[in-house]
Amino acid sequence: MGLPLLDCFLNANGTALAQGAPLPLRFGAWMWGCGVNPARWTPSSEGTDFELPVELQALDRELATGGKLREQVSILSGFDVRLDGRPNFPHTAGLMGTLTGSLPLQDYTVPAPTLDTIIAAKIGGSTRFRSLEMSCTGNPNQSYSYESQSVFNAPEISPVALYTRVFGPEFADPNAGPFTPDPRVMLRQSVLSAVKADRDRLLQRVGEHDKQRLDQYFTSVRQLEQQLDILLDGPADLESCVRAAAPGPESLGTEVGQSMSTNQLMASLLSFALACDQTRVFSMMFSDRISGLRQPGSSAQHHQLTHDEALDPAIGYQPEATEFVYISMEAWADFVERLAAIPEGDGTLLDNCLVFGHSDVSLAKAHGITGIPMMIAGTARGALTPGLHVGGATSPTTRVGLTIQQVMGLNTESWGSRSMEATQPVSEILA
Amino acid sequence: MRTIHFTNARLTAAAGLLLLAAAGCSSSSPAIPVDAGPVALRRLTAEQFTRSVHDVLGEHITVPSRIDPDDRRSGLLAVGASFASVTPSGFEKYEAAAAAVAEQALDASHRDDLVPCQPAVATTGDEPCARTFIERVGRRLFRRSLSQAETDARVEIANQAANTLRDFYAGLELGLMSLLVSPEFLFRVELAEADPSRPSTMRLTSISMASRLSYLLWDSTPDDELLAAGENGDLVTENGLAAQVERMLLSPNLETGIRAIFSDLYDFKQFDEGLVRKDNALFPVYTQTMVEEAKEQTLRTIVGHLIADEDYRGLFTTPETFMTRRLGVAYRLPVATANGWEPYTFPEESRRAGLLSHISFNALHSHPGRSSATLRGKFVREVLLCQDIPTPPANIDFSIVENTEGALRTARERLEKHVASPACAGCHTLTDPIGLALESFDAIGMFREEENGAPIDTSGELDGIAYEDAIGMGEALRDNPALGPCLVRTLFRYAVGRGPESGEEALLESLAERFANSGYRVTELLREIALSDGFRTTSGPRDAEPSGDEP
Repeated sequence: MGLPLLDCFLNANGTALAQGAPLPLRFGAWMWGCGVNPARWTPSSEGTDFELPVELQALDRELATGGKLREQVSILSGFDVRLDGRPNFPHTAGLMGTLTGSLPLQDYTVPAPTLDTIIAAKIGGSTRFRSLEMSCTGNPNQSYSYESQSVFNAPEISPVALYTRVFGPEFADPNAGPFTPDPRVMLRQSVLSAVKADRDRLLQRVGEHDKQRLDQYFTSVRQLEQQLDILLDGPADLESCVRAAAPGPESLGTEVGQSMSTNQLMASLLSFALACDQTRVFSMMFSDRISGLRQPGSSAQHHQLTHDEALDPAIGYQPEATEFVYISMEAWADFVERLAAIPEGDGTLLDNCLVFGHSDVSLAKAHGITGIPMMIAGTARGALTPGLHVGGATSPTTRVGLTIQQVMGLNTESWGSRSMEATQPVSEILA
Repeated sequence: MRTIHFTNARLTAAAGLLLLAAAGCSSSSPAIPVDAGPVALRRLTAEQFTRSVHDVLGEHITVPSRIDPDDRRSGLLAVGASFASVTPSGFEKYEAAAAAVAEQALDASHRDDLVPCQPAVATTGDEPCARTFIERVGRRLFRRSLSQAETDARVEIANQAANTLRDFYAGLELGLMSLLVSPEFLFRVELAEADPSRPSTMRLTSISMASRLSYLLWDSTPDDELLAAGENGDLVTENGLAAQVERMLLSPNLETGIRAIFSDLYDFKQFDEGLVRKDNALFPVYTQTMVEEAKEQTLRTIVGHLIADEDYRGLFTTPETFMTRRLGVAYRLPVATANGWEPYTFPEESRRAGLLSHISFNALHSHPGRSSATLRGKFVREVLLCQDIPTPPANIDFSIVENTEGALRTARERLEKHVASPACAGCHTLTDPIGLALESFDAIGMFREEENGAPIDTSGELDGIAYEDAIGMGEALRDNPALGPCLVRTLFRYAVGRGPESGEEALLESLAERFANSGYRVTELLREIALSDGFRTTSGPRDAEPSGDEP
């Protein structure tokens, strides 16, 4: 089991790591849409020495820091989303079951908080950004990071904007000479104090629903206050922290080349942000659950192809749609490889991360929600054994979410509702 | 882009109504019992945020474009605004936007427009001058006069900051920021009170009515006159309300309000956000600039038609529109004006008339690489006729629509497969015949006679009315009995920020009847809504939102 980051590891403000403390532990989710061909993605044996199946060949990469990428990633197959009689809203039920542990009663609704926000609530408080949400789809209105139906964390869609947000003028650069706090930051704090003073006057005048909404607003105000506190503290003493270089030109959209490039640029910026402890929680949407990925010059998108393209009887799968499975796995490999490229402590940044890769369905053609493809990269500071294939034997996907929460230091004993409730972590992957 | 301004005979007609109202003859609906729904805070949409900043602090200000995304619910940002909150990343962006706005508002070349006094010394705080500024700007931003405590807090920030930064105006910037990030600015606060003349009825307070009217008709913050009417209690009286509504309907700002309504209803924000993407190789004519002009073309057409008090239904048949030369390339039509816009009539040979033949709709309701008869038909059913189209069942057997031998060349051939299956037919028979009429417009709305070498058949029927092509479909839509009542429901939802309650159905029926009797004049409908009890009364604040997981 991973150790929670105890208060005694933090300095007096609880904001920066004291000398000799363990490196921060981070969690991230990485999502791709429209699943896989289960028969071509699932390894044929469990444990360590499995043969990489054709749709996981992207993991057969040599890492610059040594070893193969597959040794850093565990494959989780055979875990199911269970409906309990609720509708299998196409692409929504499987995603929400996996990320929230609950099934929606209506389409396009979010029944419970997503995993990343549950973890951010626990460990996001001591960094400048409670969490960072990103998307490679170019759509600013879509991420799968929800605290509730109404509280949706909008993604960064532009690497340039992400760079500016994290590494812009406010970034406290540990390599930029002596640190002097900016008096404007203190003045901005007083601006927020005045806003908080409006609170009681306003709460008296509104109803119950609006109180909930305003509570969320004031939670956000406090979060920014904390962010400003951290800015005044100056840079943390982190050996691996270097200010990222500004990203080059970007092209946003869902053409394969665009999404792949955005994923790489964002992964790079994120790796620097994590190394500088700007955040400990992130989520990335590589493609929408109704995947809009497309090849230039083609009239059909990934999702459309999973339904419209004929299954080639000679090979047993849809050849054009399957190209997008390969692409998605390459993108996942790009992302994880980048985190493994930054040395940190005695190992790499990835060693101090838990990255949860998953899709919304197994076989998209059938909107399959049994055997949702999931992967975990990184050892979470040694709490996990990587490089395994574990079959879930039809147990609920929530077991994975439960395991993640426990490894990330939450005191969660069960997670999920109805027959999605899980009490048994996936012990095979625990170190 | 500046909007065009139309003048017309409506001015005289409206002036006549104003006299009637002033004489005590209310022009509002006859007494219809209304049990109105709840009120809630309404978060400013990104567009309202920008427009409010421009109206109060100056048109020169560049407002950061990406703030917290708007929440679209039940097909309207105006409804989502009653549910949206502010997330941590959203607040971070609001604060950054406030800083950027405040800096521009008080830069050396614009500060004198906003600050009606001079500081005694420019390098320290000046409390009386700061107070004047905060009170004046705060009233417009909060849409009411500030309380003493609210003002004091901002004046103190301005003084403290001015002394720290040794700059009076830098101090004001911080004071202004604290107004711009306040929930009192970011949310429109709608309050209810007991109506003294009908003690069992809750009504919106007069000052709440000022904002409600202003964002409905102008999509921005109230002007000084409306605020004064709100603060004087005029907007809870028949005559006071009628007088302001008439004034607002005659203002050029009404064009902005009408644009905002239809932009929201038609989800045109997708164009602004660059989300209507097409494949470059397949559609080389398509560019972001071109499609933004296509959106503008449709909005100009709507505004021109409705401000001239033409029949709303005629929007779907009119060949009158506006054109640029760039759009002319995509339409393959000659355009005389080299730069900018000109009024334009689609010639007969263009085989286009009505909004649904515009590039904007056809590009919006298509995939990046191909048109979609289903999406287009779904839009007409759901948005224009207020009819629900269910999502496809999950256990559907898609093998029937598989492109088996490549023999299916047109959308009609592909979609006929859906109709052959009972599981699909229920919805596809509702959507596809409408969309197939528009198949002569490809994924970017360019005209075509054939698809993959096969001629396109655009014939079909809408609720029993047969047609041959898009123009005929537009006529069938114009004559569809659901078209007018649907706009009434939509505008009502837009106005009150929520779906209608059962106690409001009688009102909606009456509004629909009066809309028809007026010759489907949208300005008349807006007046009727603004004067109705559905708009002016409420059941009180909304209850807590149930979690999505409740059984």
